[in-house]
Amino acid sequence: MNDLYNNAVGHWVVVVVAMALLLFVVLTATAYTVWFERIALGRIQRRPGPNRVGPAGLMQLAADGVKLAFKESFIPEKTDRVIYVLAPAIGVAAAFLAWSVIPIGLWDYYGPKIQYWIADVNVGVLVIFAASSLNVYAIVLGGYSSNNKYSLLGGLRSAAQLISYEMALGLALVPTFMIVGSLRLRDIVEYTVTWGPYNGPIPLILLTPVGFIIYLISATAETNRTPFDLPEAEQELIGGFLTEYSGLKFTMYYLSEYLNVITVSTLAVLLFFGGWYLGPIPPIVAFLFKVVIMIFVYIWLRGTFPRLRYDMLMRLGWKVLLPLAMANVIATAVVLVAVT
Amino acid sequence: MADEKKDKDEKQPSVAGDIGALLTGLKTTLRESFRPVVTTMYPEDKTPRSERYRGRHYLRRYDNGLERCIGCELCAAACPVGCILVIAAENTDENRVSPGERYAKTYEINMLRCIFCGYCEEACPVQAIVLGPEYELSDTSREKFIYTKEKLLEPLPPDVQARLDAKGVPSPQPSPLRGEGASSPPPSPRPGEG
Repeated sequence: MNDLYNNAVGHWVVVVVAMALLLFVVLTATAYTVWFERIALGRIQRRPGPNRVGPAGLMQLAADGVKLAFKESFIPEKTDRVIYVLAPAIGVAAAFLAWSVIPIGLWDYYGPKIQYWIADVNVGVLVIFAASSLNVYAIVLGGYSSNNKYSLLGGLRSAAQLISYEMALGLALVPTFMIVGSLRLRDIVEYTVTWGPYNGPIPLILLTPVGFIIYLISATAETNRTPFDLPEAEQELIGGFLTEYSGLKFTMYYLSEYLNVITVSTLAVLLFFGGWYLGPIPPIVAFLFKVVIMIFVYIWLRGTFPRLRYDMLMRLGWKVLLPLAMANVIATAVVLVAVT
Repeated sequence: MADEKKDKDEKQPSVAGDIGALLTGLKTTLRESFRPVVTTMYPEDKTPRSERYRGRHYLRRYDNGLERCIGCELCAAACPVGCILVIAAENTDENRVSPGERYAKTYEINMLRCIFCGYCEEACPVQAIVLGPEYELSDTSREKFIYTKEKLLEPLPPDVQARLDAKGVPSPQPSPLRGEGASSPPPSPRPGEG
């Protein structure tokens, strides 16, 4: 494995294969996240959810995908065509970009030591934030170029919301970096402590519980999901920035939304729940298990809470989460200095 | 794992109470998700209907095969939307269709117009027309909604038959007719018209 990886051509072959594999895995995961969400929301409301296409409705997404692909991709008059077509593509590209640095796990039990990631960047978390911030361009540009007042309002709301919560989101993770001393996702996962007899990796939520709560709320807002789905508040804004989109362009927005859900869930697992470490369980299984639990938490939140009013959303972001995140940073700093 | 939104702390004195409310909500949804699904899987399962349910119409026969309908057109007269068309013809000894003097040569119901009020069933003096339990009547052309006599004379579902029997509708006595002349009236209700 190492011989192949360490020469120029072999390196690129490995990276390209890994990218193709990741694209396939993540797209499939997205499809089944949508299925999982529909089933889970259904159960919460005591409905069965999709159960017609394939066993347990598992082929529902294939049916939906075919239907969306064959729909007319309508472009309204007087839109800014270039931006209108480009915006959903930006959304999907940004959503996939984050996956370039997400480590999925290590296989060091038997046979060759395999690492599941594309790039092990030493500022991994920053790359993910940069990519997830690009998502706002997709929404704002889509809303602006649609030439529709509802789209524009949805886009504007989204911009304000994302900027407000980006701050709290970033600050919520600062204590983690302070404790670990690295922005590399792999280092964060493999952070080990020696507590009396125990020596090994721990879920960092034990050290930064407040950070996790802020992360959970801000990440929900970042992905525009209920109870923070203001950009597409149906009752007020029809479809928000999605109003004028149909067919494959709509699919791309839809895809990026669920990709982002998986991304933030994965990130939560990596940053707060010890990534692929879970006792003797094989890393990839442990990792998947944790990610599914996190995705369920997001679906659970969606199934429980009603949408916040816009001024409440802003107040929560600026007056509650941001000061709380700052206080968390300061408190962590004080504790760190006191301990070391 | 709670979504603890530290919101509303200016408005309401108890932040803890608000967070508790959020947790209660999460608990409720989680509990509900483990309770059984209440959906009826429609095309496979159907919700039970009242035994007096008024669905599509049936024309009944006596046990000996004669039609009950005597062509009196009272159903057509009772129908609020005028969806029933009855054209009567005289029974003869060679061609005896019903026990009375006349029978319905044509009996058509326009199911697109019918409002399933059941007045026809009430009006019928010989209990010839009843409304059965079927409600899945969709079809692919307007013409198919004109139910003709052949379609209406299809045998009743057994449960409807049982219900009618239990209701004490005069049980179809073997008609004395068929070859004995047209003098005998049908079993119980008023004797044939005219």
